[in-house]
Amino acid sequence: MNPVTPRLGEIWVYLSASPLLGLTLTLLAYQAAFWLHKRCNGHPAANPVLLSVLALVAILWATGTPYATYFEGAQFVHFLLGPATVALAIPLYAQLARLRRLALPLLLTLVAGSVTAAVSAVAVAAALGGSRVTQLSLAPKSVTTPIAMGIAERIGGLPSLTAVLVIMTGILGAIGARYVYRLLAIKDEAVRGFALGIASHGIGTARAFQESEQAGAFAALAMGLNGLATALLLPLLVSLMTG
Amino acid sequence: MLLALTLLLVYQLLGEVIAQFFALPVPGPVIGMGLLFATLAVRGAVSDELRGTANGLLQHLSLLFVPAGTGVMLHFGRLADEWLALVASLLISTVVTIAVSALLLRALMRALMARGGADAGRES
Repeated sequence: MNPVTPRLGEIWVYLSASPLLGLTLTLLAYQAAFWLHKRCNGHPAANPVLLSVLALVAILWATGTPYATYFEGAQFVHFLLGPATVALAIPLYAQLARLRRLALPLLLTLVAGSVTAAVSAVAVAAALGGSRVTQLSLAPKSVTTPIAMGIAERIGGLPSLTAVLVIMTGILGAIGARYVYRLLAIKDEAVRGFALGIASHGIGTARAFQESEQAGAFAALAMGLNGLATALLLPLLVSLMTG
Repeated sequence: MLLALTLLLVYQLLGEVIAQFFALPVPGPVIGMGLLFATLAVRGAVSDELRGTANGLLQHLSLLFVPAGTGVMLHFGRLADEWLALVASLLISTVVTIAVSALLLRALMRALMARGGADAGRES
């Protein structure tokens, strides 16, 4: 037998226990996904999150690596969600003058959008025989991951399932929004960004920033406000619906 | 860059402390975002350093969702059992939410403009 093989096996055992591998894999997968995204001229269907996740799941599955082991490395990337959320205040501030003028329309739209997102998700799942836990995990799917997980826990959903549904919602919105806007002839950058931020949180916001700085800022605002609105409204809605 | 990153973490920490102290249902980073926004609004300016660091972080915002998204592998069983309800719910709800929000906001902005709200809603 080739003497190199057992050595490689030892190296694999060593590396698979270190966070370096999960972290490096995450960045490599994203680099490749982003390259592909650019090769497709930034087409929303070649979504970098979707492509990265597909690649990582395939690699982890093929090597029999548990998610928990992978996450020990990936958590360093995951952690940056916090400071990045805080940093959204800066593009938001750049739109301050416009925000002041539009405060009332934005607030009304926010409440309507927040309730629509939760009620429509639960209603469709219930109509198609989704279990109670699945329905409750779906309810906060339009708000950013950390808030959604907290809400799911409070209303009786599964936080880790919610995290996945949140990401899927983000990808769907990032891919689909342009078609909805084309159909409805929505042209204003602020409207395009705000609606996408309500429905598809941070992934929608990332997409909106690719369209324009203004759309991105309004998406960031919608994402932040919808996290707040849903955290306040959803526990109330659930207790109303369950009686 | 280091100073800006420290500032962002301090605001996140402040947000986290406030969320815990008042037992708020909103996560710390979102409160931190609100606090930083309020600070900038009061000060009336953003330093170039802070703007640069924020742009750097936000330019690849998508990357930060990849670790949580990969958690999909924990739920293959449930996804296989209830895929129709899940896919239909996500798809319909996302499209309906985008459409309702966009149509309502556009209508409200037009109403505001019609009421003579000067140049409300128009590009500044």
